[in-house]
Amino acid sequence: MAAVGTGKKRKFIVSGRNEYVPDASEELVDTRHAYQDEYFLTSITNDDDSSDEDDEELDESGKNDDDGDDEVVFEDDDGEESGSEDSGASSLGDEITGDADYDSGSDYSEYGSEETEHEEEGEVEEEEEEEEEAEERKNDESSKGIKVSDKSEEKESAQSKPLFKLKQTTSSKINKSSTKLSSTILRNGNKKNVMNELAQADENRTIQQADDEYKSDTSDEEDIRNTVGNIPMNWYDDYKHLGYDWDGKKVMKPLKEDELDSFLKRMEDPNFWRTVRDPQTGQDVVLSDADVDIIQRLQAQKIPDANFDDAAPWVEWFTSEVMQTPIVRVPDHKRSFLPSRIEARKVAKMVHAIKMGWMKPQEEKKKSYEPKFFMLWQTDEGVEHMRRIQNHIPAPKRHLPGHAESYNPPPEYLFDKRELKEWNKLRTTPWKRKLHFIPQKYNSLRAVPAYDRFVNERFQRCLDLYLCPRARKMRLTIQPEDLLPQLPNPKDLQPFPTVMSMVYEGHTDMVRSITVESKGQYMVSGSDDLTVKVWEISTGRCLRTIPVGGVVRSVSWCPNQALALIAVAADRKVLLVNPGVGDHLVCSKTDVLLEEAPEQDVVVSERVKTAVQWEQASEDVWKNGIRVIINHFKEVKQVAWHGRGDYFATVMPEGQNRSVIIHQLSKRRSQVPFSKSKGLVQCVLFHPIRPFFFVATQKHVRVYDLAKQELVKKLHSNSKWISSIAIHPGGDNLLVGTYDRKMLWFDLDLSTKPYQTLRLHGTAVRGVAYHKQYPLFASGSDDRSLIICHGMVYNDLLQNPLIVPLKRLSNHEPYNDFGIFDVIFHPTQPWVFSSGADKTIRLYT
Amino acid sequence: MVSKRKKKYESGEGNRYVSRKTALKMLQLSLKDFRKLCILKGIYPREPRNRKRAQKGATGIKTLYHLKDIQFLLHEPIIWKLRDYKIFAKKMGKARALRDFETIKRTLENRPHLTLDHIVKERYPSFIDALRDLDDCLTLLFMFSTFPSLQHVPRDQSALCRRLTIEFLHAVIASQTLRKVFVSIKGYYFQAEIKGQTVTWIVPHQFCFVPQSTLEVDFRVMSTFVQFYCVMLGFVNFRLYHLLNLHYPPKFAVSSADATEKTLVDEEAFVSERVAALNVPLFCTGRDTTAEEEVEIDQFPMIEDPTKLEEIKQEAEKVKKHKTLFKGLKFFLNREVPREPVVFTIRCFGGEVSWDKLLFVGATFDESDESITHQIVDRPSLGKQYISRYYVQPQWIFDSVNARELQPVEKYFLGAVLPPHLSPFIDKTREQYVPPEERALEDPSLAEMNPEKEETEEESETDEVEKKNESENEGEMLRNEEEREDGNESEIHEKDKVREQKVGIECGL
Repeated sequence: MAAVGTGKKRKFIVSGRNEYVPDASEELVDTRHAYQDEYFLTSITNDDDSSDEDDEELDESGKNDDDGDDEVVFEDDDGEESGSEDSGASSLGDEITGDADYDSGSDYSEYGSEETEHEEEGEVEEEEEEEEEAEERKNDESSKGIKVSDKSEEKESAQSKPLFKLKQTTSSKINKSSTKLSSTILRNGNKKNVMNELAQADENRTIQQADDEYKSDTSDEEDIRNTVGNIPMNWYDDYKHLGYDWDGKKVMKPLKEDELDSFLKRMEDPNFWRTVRDPQTGQDVVLSDADVDIIQRLQAQKIPDANFDDAAPWVEWFTSEVMQTPIVRVPDHKRSFLPSRIEARKVAKMVHAIKMGWMKPQEEKKKSYEPKFFMLWQTDEGVEHMRRIQNHIPAPKRHLPGHAESYNPPPEYLFDKRELKEWNKLRTTPWKRKLHFIPQKYNSLRAVPAYDRFVNERFQRCLDLYLCPRARKMRLTIQPEDLLPQLPNPKDLQPFPTVMSMVYEGHTDMVRSITVESKGQYMVSGSDDLTVKVWEISTGRCLRTIPVGGVVRSVSWCPNQALALIAVAADRKVLLVNPGVGDHLVCSKTDVLLEEAPEQDVVVSERVKTAVQWEQASEDVWKNGIRVIINHFKEVKQVAWHGRGDYFATVMPEGQNRSVIIHQLSKRRSQVPFSKSKGLVQCVLFHPIRPFFFVATQKHVRVYDLAKQELVKKLHSNSKWISSIAIHPGGDNLLVGTYDRKMLWFDLDLSTKPYQTLRLHGTAVRGVAYHKQYPLFASGSDDRSLIICHGMVYNDLLQNPLIVPLKRLSNHEPYNDFGIFDVIFHPTQPWVFSSGADKTIRLYT
Repeated sequence: MVSKRKKKYESGEGNRYVSRKTALKMLQLSLKDFRKLCILKGIYPREPRNRKRAQKGATGIKTLYHLKDIQFLLHEPIIWKLRDYKIFAKKMGKARALRDFETIKRTLENRPHLTLDHIVKERYPSFIDALRDLDDCLTLLFMFSTFPSLQHVPRDQSALCRRLTIEFLHAVIASQTLRKVFVSIKGYYFQAEIKGQTVTWIVPHQFCFVPQSTLEVDFRVMSTFVQFYCVMLGFVNFRLYHLLNLHYPPKFAVSSADATEKTLVDEEAFVSERVAALNVPLFCTGRDTTAEEEVEIDQFPMIEDPTKLEEIKQEAEKVKKHKTLFKGLKFFLNREVPREPVVFTIRCFGGEVSWDKLLFVGATFDESDESITHQIVDRPSLGKQYISRYYVQPQWIFDSVNARELQPVEKYFLGAVLPPHLSPFIDKTREQYVPPEERALEDPSLAEMNPEKEETEEESETDEVEKKNESENEGEMLRNEEEREDGNESEIHEKDKVREQKVGIECGL
């Protein structure tokens, strides 16, 4: 490297000359070269007016006290050059020699030697060539150590030219390693003859020595075909050649084998694994067994030479003990103890750069960019709220392929001509195509080509992932089964009546109305055969038959349990009957209570008086159980008790504005609540808890507040003719049966329109009823069927009632197109009674 | 005191979204960097409920991002890396122009480097989340692993893709989680069930890379995706290997004497080649986990319905059987058979497999081995045949896997006309056309009937209409896709706007 450095400088001065690098310079210390070069430059600048060398020399030496040697060297060079110019005989050879002298950095002890030099010019030239070669070889083999360099030196010495000798002397000054020759020469001074002789002798000796020493050295015989030397081979990366052979011809790189060849070689060549490429020649070299052995030994961290005896006794060449005399004869120069100032300056610069962060130590930067993986997730589902994307919407997955995408689909999936034409026609609007590819069939997997739009499709997917706006869309996915109301398990809805268990027979005509005692032991029915019958429910026996002298349209048991009293609407009369069944005490108490009328202290208005007259029962009817008779001016259709059992209302549809009359039992008083007729009143009802009164006309149900005496609500039935109404014991739900086959469920809190309309019956609905305890309701109609429904009303106001039809019971027989007239539930049991036109009453349990 | 007058769009939806332009201004990034950041961080535009309100009354269609997402991006350390990268590019450009090689070298050495580990954790807080999002990742990486070195796809990226995908395949083999395979004209669809998540990926057929015009495909965008997915799959692999008690990166359990000799050449290359062969079990760090898996859970009658319970039991039994479908069978692949997908499938179900040793390294036995039960051939005829084995076509393997039992080999013999290959991903409960072959799979009694007759009947009645119906969904999905056939990076800018008009990705919940 040092040689190259000086070479550059040389070019700067003497352009176009061959470069000659003598061996001696190579061994110079680098720093010395640096000095040389510097001073060399300064000397050039002073070159022009250098007529007197000695003066110059003195000047220079005066200037540079530090490096006496070097200074001398350069002055000599200058002098020599100017001298040759002076002589005028500056041939090419001369220049070369001069140049050579430069390179060597030699200093002549005598100027007289110049002449001899000129004489031997020709020889020198030849020599140079040889030397160059030797030099190159040395470069090649520099790694092989000092032996080789010694040898080349020896060769040179064999040439034995006085000039060369001189050079040697100069180099010896610098080079401590080659002391032998130089010492002899120094001693001999500048006498040529002596020198020659000595050189000859010396030469012979050294050659002999060499023969002995290097007999076994084979480094020379090594097949060195590339002469570039030990350089980084990547300098030749961009060229087709690798270097130069002995003849200066380019050594071409071997043809690069393609992957296939190398693969085949790997598969087929048994020696492939031990084949190594020589970077110098680019040739493949098969390692011998010995080589492999060495490598293996190296890998195993053993000594490469198998024969080396590492247990041999140790010979201490250099002892650790301080020797009395130094090994080398020359004492160390003072310089070697002093730190270099220039180096110190350079280091200081670097330190500063590192301090300021301009420069980074090399080790820090060396790190690989290969990603390093580690255990990122310790558990599967740590709910770590690390995802800070607002309201993250994961991208939907792609659809999975169907049969049509198969490489071997069923034949019906392939396009026929028409389909293909259609597909092609949609080239400009590909999104209208039904398939985004043409289904294809291949006979074998081998024949399937790569899909040409694969990359494209992946790219589109990538675009979708980062460019498509995302939103959560609540899509209603309605399953067919969801559309049907969630049917509760029938088990959950039990108990409800399922079978007919008893038939109460005895009436001779249609049974229009029935009612059950509040304890649930007896039942009363009123029929067209002008009688009222009292039945025991559990046995089905008719306990009493009470003739009432008119068609019984309505019967109603007084809800007051302290009274045994039934209100019977027969023609234009309303009879209060004591059935005489059940508790004797209650019966007798009722009799006592009704025996005589209380004092009438209020004046009854004319309007009421003409409509209603109270009358105590006469003796002959008393024994039948009739206690009080209330005469109405029109036919009474319905009678309804208030929950407490003191008031009851009667309905006379033809009574115009006096069609509804409310009676008070305790005071035997009547009042007409409405002054105006709102329509044909069908039926009335008291609210079970609150002072409300329901009046059903043909199309509407009006709700009045009796306390405030005002209309609260008007329910629209959306039907033609209301037949009957019933109220839920909770008081918030109303059931309305109509003659136009409908059953309407009103939620009074919800709206004035029916919450639900049930069209379960085939013909007119005549009777509806709620159960007092169970969530059941029933309806009877002219199609002879009794329908039991589950009607759950929740305490939670937000939850709507659940209505599920449960059972259709049609046991009644047809009679004159009439079916069931009245329906009523047992007060405590989940039983239902129906009275029909077939003269029977039936019990379903 | 007078209350301050409320201005429009200062609260509610008008305040919740920002346009892309505003986002760029907030982040002080170029569009290119913003795009990269969005891809890496998984930020996407939103479709507002009321577009007019979200755009503060402006008409037209803008790309809207959630304001909080952009604020979230503001704190991202990667932004600084992107800015560093910009500076780096400038320095490099200058040094190149000046031919200042020293600076080039130094700058290259100090170039900024993105680390994405924290983003993976952020985007997928749990391992299951990552598995759920693995479909796109795997498909893209499998595609990239086949790529040559391209302008925006460095060689080492595709090499890394190859390494990671192979490692993933090994994990699937070791855990025996592959469930379905489908050979389509696009590639091989594999479906695995990992930790209860179905992961589906496509491995393209060989030589899937075709040079694309820049108008069609922007490799830079895909490369950014791959950059993230590589890191993600690496971590997923690490965890999967950890779950399976395997050593990560993969190592081999045994190294034979002959193997040590060969390591002389290049140890790394040797190992990676063996790994790619998919034929050698990997090195287990702990004890064998198979024994542990056998532990059975006690039965609790949680489900009322006994028939349902029975069904569940049967299903579990089937899956168990399915895992060892090819156990005890020895396969030999002829050289024309696509090696990787077939070997992967066979190994997933416990089969032994080998191939011609000149085809690829890692062959374990020779063709002349008498214990081979099946030889997979994909050519019409074969010279020398052994009597002791079946010569079947590769479809037999895929059909057997999908049917969860070994199919009769007769239909798949050498040179036979293959029965149609059906998709296993079809919903069984659909009310659409069902090809007779599929019905025969469901009900074996149908197969014995005359299939041709049935086929013709079916075709005449329902084919025409229903086949179309089936594909309608796909067609719809495609419309979005096909409409986006731009990709020219210069055009993307404007096309983004167009894209907005399309219905966003809808997520049915």
